[in-house]
Amino acid sequence: MTKNISDGVETLPLPQLDEEERAAKRKEIYAALEDRDVTVQPATDDNGDPLENSMVLNMGPQHPATHGVLRVVLKLDGETVERAVPELGYLHRSMEKLAENKTFHEFMPYTDRLDYMSPYSNNTALCLAVEKLCGITAPPRATYIRTIACEIARISSHLLWMGTMVMDAGAITVFLYTFQEREKIYDVFDMLTGARFTVSHCRVGGVASDISEECANYIKDWLKVFKKKLAEWRGLLDRNRIWIERVEGVAVISKEDAIGIGFSGPNLRGSGVDFDLRRDVPYMAYQNFEFNVPVYENGDCLARYFVRLEEMAESVRIIEQALKQLPKGDVRVDDAKQSFPWKHEVYHSMEGLIHDFMMTDTGLQPPAGTEIYHAIEAPKGELGFFIQSDGTGHPWRLKIRSPSFCSLQALPHLTEGGMIADVVVAIGSIDPVMGEADK
Amino acid sequence: MNALALLLVMELGDRFALMGVVLGVLLTAVAYTVYAERRIAAFIQNRTGPDRVGFDLIPQLKFLKGAIGLGQPLADVIKLLMKEDVVPENANKFVHALAPLISLFAALTTIAVVPYAKGVAIADVNIGILYILAITSLGVYGITLSGWASNSKYSLLGGLRSSAQMISYELSMGLAVVSVVVLTNALNMGEIVESQTSNPLNWNVCRNLLGFIIFTTAAFAETNRAPFDLPEAEQELVGGYHTEYSSMKFALFFLAEYANMIVACTVIVTLFLGGYQVPFWTDAPWFVQVGAFITKTLFMMFVFIWVRWTLPRFKYNQLMDLGWKFMLPLGLFNLLIVASTIVIFGNSLPLSILNLVLVALCVAGSFAAKPQSKMA
Amino acid sequence: MIEAYLPIFAMIVIAIVLGVLLLTLGRLLGPKRSNSEKMSTYESGIEPVGTAKARISVKYYLVAMFFIIFDIEVIFMYPWAVNLREFGVSGLVSMITFALLLLVGYFYILKKGGLEWN
Repeated sequence: MTKNISDGVETLPLPQLDEEERAAKRKEIYAALEDRDVTVQPATDDNGDPLENSMVLNMGPQHPATHGVLRVVLKLDGETVERAVPELGYLHRSMEKLAENKTFHEFMPYTDRLDYMSPYSNNTALCLAVEKLCGITAPPRATYIRTIACEIARISSHLLWMGTMVMDAGAITVFLYTFQEREKIYDVFDMLTGARFTVSHCRVGGVASDISEECANYIKDWLKVFKKKLAEWRGLLDRNRIWIERVEGVAVISKEDAIGIGFSGPNLRGSGVDFDLRRDVPYMAYQNFEFNVPVYENGDCLARYFVRLEEMAESVRIIEQALKQLPKGDVRVDDAKQSFPWKHEVYHSMEGLIHDFMMTDTGLQPPAGTEIYHAIEAPKGELGFFIQSDGTGHPWRLKIRSPSFCSLQALPHLTEGGMIADVVVAIGSIDPVMGEADK
Repeated sequence: MNALALLLVMELGDRFALMGVVLGVLLTAVAYTVYAERRIAAFIQNRTGPDRVGFDLIPQLKFLKGAIGLGQPLADVIKLLMKEDVVPENANKFVHALAPLISLFAALTTIAVVPYAKGVAIADVNIGILYILAITSLGVYGITLSGWASNSKYSLLGGLRSSAQMISYELSMGLAVVSVVVLTNALNMGEIVESQTSNPLNWNVCRNLLGFIIFTTAAFAETNRAPFDLPEAEQELVGGYHTEYSSMKFALFFLAEYANMIVACTVIVTLFLGGYQVPFWTDAPWFVQVGAFITKTLFMMFVFIWVRWTLPRFKYNQLMDLGWKFMLPLGLFNLLIVASTIVIFGNSLPLSILNLVLVALCVAGSFAAKPQSKMA
Repeated sequence: MIEAYLPIFAMIVIAIVLGVLLLTLGRLLGPKRSNSEKMSTYESGIEPVGTAKARISVKYYLVAMFFIIFDIEVIFMYPWAVNLREFGVSGLVSMITFALLLLVGYFYILKKGGLEWN
């Protein structure tokens, strides 16, 4: 099952750009960054081409199809997009700076707000990074619970993507279908973590609470229904001529460009790069499961659509296997220096109270001067945390590698030359979440 | 002479009374079509839809308890009346107000020539079908002008899209109508219905199936209904031409949109589904004929709503390709087939047989074909 | 037969009166609390760039021109369609000729790329 990381990437040729081209491109990017409005402005009537009839249109930040507060400045000729410049930062909350003033556990709820379609993945990514930093190993049962929850979060995120992308193409009904299933996923999280949306359930060294028998059975039952629903939706869309024509050959990105721009996850696999962190750099319990990694070669919206649809089916397989194999035992490390004590210990023993106080006040004590990077395969792609430690309970520097931020760079590449209707489908197909892109 | 004048006045009086009835029914029907659309959409999407607003203020209607939300249309109208009318700065205020009026005018006056039963129509003019084509093509002015007058780029794009779309589909619509005229040998709406007789095999949907499909598709495009709702594509253009409209002006667009849909359905019924003809009952009493007419119209309206909540929207180039590269040649081809059959055989029976065979083949084919995923 | 059109004229008048009445009613009943922010044009929540009254892409005019060409041809077909049974074969032949001529123009536009919308 395991596969070397070099298989997918290193065999590909490097982007063919010589030094001058690189310099010119860099200059162009810097110019665009300096003043976005001006760089897409058409020439005025006085000095420009007399037949100039381009129009500059702001799509976003308040627009129904930009998935939050993304702003795309479009230069249009009729319905055709001549230039597209995405602008980010409307949801910037300086997450990385905030992290420097929080203990690792205090920062956990902030990660819920990164990719708010799959909070559990973000929690897990942070915990795994901190565990790597401090050399902690979570007990197997906790690892399995994390794996199950992460895969459910993936389904939840992909369901939202499916609903919104199809809705961007004008079919509103599928959106409501997928949201009915997401509602059940919220119920699952309610049972598992006690919160429906911002779960904050992961802990360094384990998880906050064990999975109940009732919850496991609920997930099993729901998966049976979900598989049928998925087939039903595919029946609605897979051979729908309007839908296929809307997405086929739209917003194409080649293998090389996808790697160059920093695509990851389903977007990368839609461009034909067979790379999945779950399989190639196994973390948590993924090496114990049988699953396929769907890869499509075309690099268009249709390819990304099929990749995500099939990923949902694979997630179902993983969850089913995980529930079957679920080991017995503790769900948190039994070491006061590595994780929080249980609540009954805090209430009924002096040591427990002291440990809780120490953990809350000074936090974990990673070795000074260490720096680590740990990435997981989040629903949107590679979500990585880079942490530099100075030996205190707070990270000296915490950098989040968010997949949406990197994917959005490709927007000009994907949309220029297409039509307005392609822009919304392209945004939908790369599935950005602004909470994560802006951080 | 006096008696003749009196007869004329009496006849006109009848027609004016009918006009009042029709307009009243149409406006109520618009309100309840919105309600029906929301309920049907809710049914399709596994939701409940509007089910709260009732008529509890009226003591006699208290028993309804608003359980099925029948008061919703009324509440919506009152809400829209009480809203502030916002006209954006730099907008052309006169045209901004004129545009919804044109839309409403085009939507309401089209229905004047549609016959509801034998000899029952507001105006029995001998060029009825040309009148319908003329008035419906006015509707595009309302949308285009609203897009231009709002001084908003989203509105402008919506307006431009709609004018391109509506004129593109008017051609295939016109060709489908010509094929109907060839079959029925009349421009008068009443005569078109009469020539279809009470035998469903003689209805134009049987004699001219291709024309029916072309006309219905074009009617979707002309009324800006999904999958042809590009002018208001809310995911791309936010609200399209009515982005900058609020209050009663918006309500008029809304009214016009749904009135257009109802009128398009009545025209489809008249031209292709035998109008007021009751199947296998030649001289049915007038109320049965009106009932048949309404039933057919309701069915077509259900189809319109059903399609809207099922299909994704076209892209601009797909839409134009469909209109110009597919429907236009197809319409011409259909017209020539129909005309040749009429001239060569003298009647339309071969067409009916051909269409029935084609439909049977399609049904058999769809059962025989194995469903397969495109990329599997 | 002008009196047959009287109800239509009446209908037109009623439609206009109804529209004006509704607009006036809405204007009378609605509040008037305008401010400059409210009156600003919508452009996704930020200040509009440029004007909406700029030149429109020439592609749209092309559609309008094609429409006029073909719509006039369709208008010729109505009188022909009504009288087809009297014209007989000669009418059919002449219309096929006409349609072929129309198709020549159509294919010319097609080959010239006039119907490419990208």
